[in-house]
Amino acid sequence: MDAKNTGAEIWPEISFEERIGTAEFRIHERAHIVVDGDTCRGCSTRECVVACPANLFVPTSDGGILFNYENCFECGTCYLVCNKEGAISWNYPEGGYGVVFHRT
Amino acid sequence: MSRFDADAIVVGAGPAGSCAALALARAGKNVILVERGPFAGAKNMYGGVVYPRILDELVPNWWETAPVQRWVVRRSTMILADDNAFTIDYRTPSWGRPPYNGATAYRPDFDHWLSQQAVAAGATLVTSTTVTGLLRDPAGRVNGVRTDRPDGDLTAPVVIACDGVNSFLAKEAGLYTATDAANFTVGVKETLALPRSVIEERFGVRDDHGVDIEILGGTSGVNGGGFIYTNLETVSLGVVLKLPKLTAQSKRPEEIIAGLKRHPAIAPLIEGATVQEYSAHVIPEAGLSMMPTMVTDGMLVAGDAAALCLAAGIWLEGVNFAMASGMYAGRAAAAAIDNDDVTAKGLAGYTKLLEESFVLADHRKLKDIPGLVLSDRVQSKYPGFVTSVIERLFRVDNPNPKPGLRRIVREERKRAGIRVRDLLRDGWKGMRGFG
Repeated sequence: MDAKNTGAEIWPEISFEERIGTAEFRIHERAHIVVDGDTCRGCSTRECVVACPANLFVPTSDGGILFNYENCFECGTCYLVCNKEGAISWNYPEGGYGVVFHRT
Repeated sequence: MSRFDADAIVVGAGPAGSCAALALARAGKNVILVERGPFAGAKNMYGGVVYPRILDELVPNWWETAPVQRWVVRRSTMILADDNAFTIDYRTPSWGRPPYNGATAYRPDFDHWLSQQAVAAGATLVTSTTVTGLLRDPAGRVNGVRTDRPDGDLTAPVVIACDGVNSFLAKEAGLYTATDAANFTVGVKETLALPRSVIEERFGVRDDHGVDIEILGGTSGVNGGGFIYTNLETVSLGVVLKLPKLTAQSKRPEEIIAGLKRHPAIAPLIEGATVQEYSAHVIPEAGLSMMPTMVTDGMLVAGDAAALCLAAGIWLEGVNFAMASGMYAGRAAAAAIDNDDVTAKGLAGYTKLLEESFVLADHRKLKDIPGLVLSDRVQSKYPGFVTSVIERLFRVDNPNPKPGLRRIVREERKRAGIRVRDLLRDGWKGMRGFG
């Protein structure tokens, strides 16, 4: 966001890392979502990048997508918006792991 | 019955699952309620208000023990345009007295409480256990679930899938024909910390009374809506965004929230507030048109898993539809077990109970409204049209005389680029659709 787009004059501005840090994630060693790098490399639309509320899909300089499952809300947005068959293998985390909401 | 682990297995201890388990336990059935979170409610968030009157049947005087934040005594609908807003605001102290109307609550608290009602009635709650698929008998009928526990198969003559909006069980059972992203929105929310006294001054409430504000506009041009509501010591603010419209532009959800927070009608309400918790969830938004088949041999589906979420403009409800459908699913399952017929035919009483209650009656009556509310004209043209009509109506432009309502409407309609025939068509659709 550029300067005029921030709300710093109204409320304390936070980085995305601080924002996602307000949610609790119990991280399992095994990823519950697997993204197929080759398929993503050939994707020009990349709906996941703008839509994922946890900002887990990050374009890399070499044209790929960097994905990290750890701070996932398990919402389902990514597989719903993805237009590439087989790019996202989506499952829930192991029981007891993943996001834990508190004041929601 | 001894060849099964239980009479019924309920997947997901949200409001649908806990009410299903509660109804089954009350009917004397042995029921296992499986939850993937470390506690019931751990995976759940929403856009703000529980309407619990359906609990009168299952938990009499529920208001004495339910973990509520505030009772909603003020209900507002706000229309936002660029820098101006028009709000319809209703309030009554009677909604702050038993049996109440709606309440704000933290879902991890509320859902946990509801699951404990099922446990108290005799249901077995198993947490930290993810269901990974369905079990079927040789005839293909559902008769249990696989879980991620070692030796984790659980068998029962009936499975009730209350596994939420993504319901992989309903999909695996073939109850959905297709999944279309256009039927879904993503809800993204900030729980904002403010001192209790500040909340009560800004929102004009006292004690345990609260406010729910639903917002049309203010979502950076992405079809959807917004909401703000009061908890005891926090304010929850969020946006609901239609998925294909979100991906057709470049602003991320948290940036759209920031835009809403900056609006002159919103900023004074949340000034100085810090983000205490950020959360997100997908919502089945399309109503009747996206609903699955509710019953198959050995299995029923309820709550968000059955797309039973009402997103009809002035009415935005889900938890009540989940609780009711869960309760009816539990009752129908208990009756089917008693009749020794858990085929789709034997479980069909569930669909009948849904049809006879508000669950499907409301959805049938309002079937055209979700589409209308999220349509491009309602989203991008009408908010500005309405607020500019209001602005000119209230503006005193002396020495010019008042222009008169008809002239204002005509001029502002043209300025907004709305054709008469579209306005009439949408108006008719709205009048007919709201029944």
